[in-house]
Amino acid sequence: MSQPDANVYYVPHKSRWPIIATIGMFMFMLGAANWLNGHDTAGQVILAAGALTIIGMMVGWFGNVIRESMKGTFNSQVDTSFRMGMTWFIFSEVFFFAAFFGALFYIRTFTVPWLGGMGDKGALTNGFIWQGFSATWPTNGPDAVGGSFISTSPWGIPLINTLLLLSSSVTVTIAHHALRAGKRKPLIGFLGLTILLGATFLGLQAHEYWESYVHLNMTLHSGIYGATFYILTGFHGLHVTLGTIMLIVMWLRCARGHFNREHHFAFEAVAWYWHFVDVIWLCLFLFVYIL
Amino acid sequence: MSSTAQAVHHEEHHQSFFERWFMSTNHKDIGTLYLSFSFLMLFVGGSFAMLIRAELFEPGLQLMQPYFFNELTGMHGLVMIFGVIMPSFVGLANWMIPMQIGAPDMALPRLNNLSFWILPFAFVLLLSTFFMPGGAPAAGWTMYPPLVLQGGESIAFMIFAIHLMGISSILGSINIIATILNLRAPGLDLLKMPMFCWSWLITSFLVIAVMPVLAGAVTMMLFDRFFGTNFFNAAGGGDPVMYQHVFWFFGHPEVYIMILPAFGVISEIVPTFSRKPLFGYKAMVYAIACIAFLSFIVWSHHMFTVGLPLGAEVFFMYSTMLIAVPTGVKIFNWVTTMWRGSLSFEVPMLWAIAFIVLFTIGGFSGVMMALVPADFQYNQTYFIVAHFHYVLVGGALFSIIGAVYYWLPKWSGRMYSNFWAKLHFWSSVISVNVLFFPQHFLGLAGMPRRIPDYNVAFADWNMVSSIGGFWFGATQLIFVGVVIHCVFFSKQKAAARVWEHAYGLEWTLPSPAPHHSFTVPPVIDDSQLAHGDVSH
Amino acid sequence: MAAAANPVPWQMNLGKGATTVSREIWDLHMAALWVCVALGVIVFGAMFIAIFRFRRSKGAVAATWSHNTLLEVCWTIVPILILVGLALPATLLTRKLYNTSGAQMTVKVTGYQWLWRYDYISYEGKPVTGVKPIFSRLAWNSNAARQLDSGINPDSIVSRDGYHDYLLNVTHPLVIPAGVKVRFLITGGDVIHGWWVPDFAAKRDAIPGIMNDAWAKVDKPGIYRGQCYVLCGQDHSAMPVVVKVVPRDQFNAWLSAQEQPATLDRAARTAQVGPRKPAPAKG
Ligand code: HEM
Ligand SMILES: [Cu+2]
Ligand SMILES: [Cu+2]
Repeated sequence: MSQPDANVYYVPHKSRWPIIATIGMFMFMLGAANWLNGHDTAGQVILAAGALTIIGMMVGWFGNVIRESMKGTFNSQVDTSFRMGMTWFIFSEVFFFAAFFGALFYIRTFTVPWLGGMGDKGALTNGFIWQGFSATWPTNGPDAVGGSFISTSPWGIPLINTLLLLSSSVTVTIAHHALRAGKRKPLIGFLGLTILLGATFLGLQAHEYWESYVHLNMTLHSGIYGATFYILTGFHGLHVTLGTIMLIVMWLRCARGHFNREHHFAFEAVAWYWHFVDVIWLCLFLFVYIL
Repeated sequence: MSSTAQAVHHEEHHQSFFERWFMSTNHKDIGTLYLSFSFLMLFVGGSFAMLIRAELFEPGLQLMQPYFFNELTGMHGLVMIFGVIMPSFVGLANWMIPMQIGAPDMALPRLNNLSFWILPFAFVLLLSTFFMPGGAPAAGWTMYPPLVLQGGESIAFMIFAIHLMGISSILGSINIIATILNLRAPGLDLLKMPMFCWSWLITSFLVIAVMPVLAGAVTMMLFDRFFGTNFFNAAGGGDPVMYQHVFWFFGHPEVYIMILPAFGVISEIVPTFSRKPLFGYKAMVYAIACIAFLSFIVWSHHMFTVGLPLGAEVFFMYSTMLIAVPTGVKIFNWVTTMWRGSLSFEVPMLWAIAFIVLFTIGGFSGVMMALVPADFQYNQTYFIVAHFHYVLVGGALFSIIGAVYYWLPKWSGRMYSNFWAKLHFWSSVISVNVLFFPQHFLGLAGMPRRIPDYNVAFADWNMVSSIGGFWFGATQLIFVGVVIHCVFFSKQKAAARVWEHAYGLEWTLPSPAPHHSFTVPPVIDDSQLAHGDVSH
Repeated sequence: MAAAANPVPWQMNLGKGATTVSREIWDLHMAALWVCVALGVIVFGAMFIAIFRFRRSKGAVAATWSHNTLLEVCWTIVPILILVGLALPATLLTRKLYNTSGAQMTVKVTGYQWLWRYDYISYEGKPVTGVKPIFSRLAWNSNAARQLDSGINPDSIVSRDGYHDYLLNVTHPLVIPAGVKVRFLITGGDVIHGWWVPDFAAKRDAIPGIMNDAWAKVDKPGIYRGQCYVLCGQDHSAMPVVVKVVPRDQFNAWLSAQEQPATLDRAARTAQVGPRKPAPAKG
């Protein structure tokens, strides 16, 4: 690997990937919107084309950046830009989840008590519109939307999943230390273990969903509880999936020796992302499952 | 200019049209794309406004069905906010930030291209809804459920368009933060930066923090509509008001996203034409930071009549009033910058002065609306329409136009016609008041917003307002002429330092600015900076 | 009988309204307005003096200072004091606005696309039974005139008292007694609406599934008009709020006349807005 010029900030010249990316995103969303509106075939075809374009774009774009990186195009200043990019991207993700947590908190602190008759406003709301409803949690609202259901206990699969994700954060850190120490074997091993833990988490989560849907009648339609539960755990699960894919890519790159002791920003970015996903899960475990 | 930059510049000439504009990684080209796109959108959104004002010209329905009117008001808002004000500020940031901090380009040039190109596609999705069964979304730019859920096929398109716009502006802001924090020329400390950079640095934080929240809000809407959830349905334990909280947690910072960069622009223009350093530079920086922080804790002032608990009403009243203090500081500082200066009134300065006056008027009505009991009489009337058009048209839009007149010679290397630019200014500044000032009266008399038809008592002021509207709209055609003439036909070359007392790195570059600004970081000479002296 | 404060052509300011609260709000509004005018005179005055005195064309030479701590502290502190001065009365008034206690009458208001429904709930401490709900739609003459290309001049829509009530009149207004504190329970039946009578300064969003309340005590009999203020769909501009305030004895007579066929209407009255099913308790 050649050494980058510390004085030249690398400005790439023309790239085809961004415009391909936007076309992919556009098709994806156009397809999704059409599908949702009941134009199934057209929607699915466009959506699939969009998804393929996006995947192809990612392979192409990241491949391009990896080649540049291997050529030593990026000096440490460019590296810092990448780091900032990833940091603020994760920051924005935090706020995406914050919206749903905020919704959950608002519903639990204000709406459900009001519907159940708490306070002046609740007395009116409950007395005139929802007589007989008493505030409990979980709830599917005064109309018992979706029929009665049972919520999962936090102390079964969710607890196991917590332990899985927590230990995966540890293993990815060990892998990182190994990378910095230049030890290949533990790097590959612990990174592989992290992937396994993540995949197991996803498997268990899928199982939990299946159980909830089939045996507990706890679905997206189960009033506000089902809505908040699935949107929070669902988007989290999506992020774990992405994180796992990214970890797999990192594993392949480690196996090919793409990284050295100093230069492994991609690895670190994925590790940050993984920690972020982990922290979100802890909040979920506390606010969605336990409380 | 260094030889490498020249070589690179040479290379650009061999780019095809497609390569230059669709595959660009150049901050100037991308800035031009942003500005051109928002210019186009200004006329799209503007044509909606013309139709709205035409229908409101007199009582009774003359032109359109009420539902179509609702489509127009909602889309007007969405287009102007996400298609005009935000992208044009990003365009200005693209052009100016690297030049102002001595950087070769934006920190992440390819991402920059992506951020831009998402936008036209997002607007194709959004605007196409006009042609769908059920028409465009017709629940206002705030998209309150349950009403918005009654829409037809447009809902999914609207939601996905908003997701795309969100992604675009988040990526754009990440790029801006990385550029400002990482690419400043050595010696250009944060507290020597131009105010425009400061304002964008802080704005970027706001964007990154709140656009995902909007995405969350519309995602819940998507689920309620298509996947049978009950987020906004009390029968299922949800709450329509919850949407409003989430929306305005985004929405209020959003309005500051649209005005903080304007503060930056004005803080550049006023000192230049006052020939005097900006008064209280540090205070200006702190004021922006303070406003940005406070903007997170005032959101419910948009919801004073939804039936908030008393304590919440009072809290949000106080926090909203508090935000007027740093805003006031900014206004006082601009005026004091002019005091004992040596003023001249070139076109950008005219827009800046108009900005200060009009924005302040908007701020005044803002403070009045912050008072809960008073807001009970103003809420959802034309009074608030007047308020936000004073801050957004008289404020944000005027600052953007002022910025174009300030930097266009630097971009194009040519001067525009002073006569036409001044005509554009005077015609705009008079018509904008004819257009919006009477709306205060209408609101106070009790006319609600978002109605296509009204009682005859409201007829006179509406007619005045509509006349102002057509006048203002027509005036903007002059702007098109001035810009096109300047860029393509003007014979008058612009000097490197276009304005006699303009300081800052951008003025050390030739006009037009070379394709690559600072391939080698410039050596910083404090006396050449607008804020080189940081003793205050 | 026209109330004083219906909107009039070329009106420029808020009306004083017909309740103590509305008048106090008017005072607050004027106070805030004058504060703004005063600040405007100072700020714009200073700016225009600068514009005329410190012109380069008049040979003005720029000073070089750019800082003055005392000045900056002043214009941070003074506005805060002014704002506190406005916030205090506003806070007290907000409390008053929220104080629905001691109401002698309760009326439930439900917004639908696009009409208002009024149910009398209680009066003078007793539940009101047997009074049919009032369905308050846009008056027919306005409705005919508001159609696209109706050819009817809106100005020709005039009520008996000579008020040009285009889009501000209904088929059946809400009737309430004068001099009585009335509490309005406000909710929505489909989407969010907004119930507002400017002269009462009574205004709340009508939200489906949630109950809000507001109150008014109107001394002067008359007809008071307002409009739905929250966008509620295509005919949002066509669901005015009209309240007829009548002398108390007249109201009492009217009410007892209404109450005659009491048994029949009990069912109708309890048929509340919104779907109702008993909710099983869950754990
Ligand atoms: C002194 C500072 C300001 C204060 C105290 C203030 C206060 C308020 C309040 C209380 C409302 C809600 C009114 C209502 O719905 O009844 C409002 C609405 C609004 N403000 Fe401001 N404001 C200020 C500055 C700004 C600025 C700088 C902008 C944007 C550049 C802005 C844009 C808006 C918009 C767009 C709305 C209406 C949103 C909607 O309902 O569609 N305001 N403002
Ligand atoms: Cu706000
Ligand atoms: Cu309405």
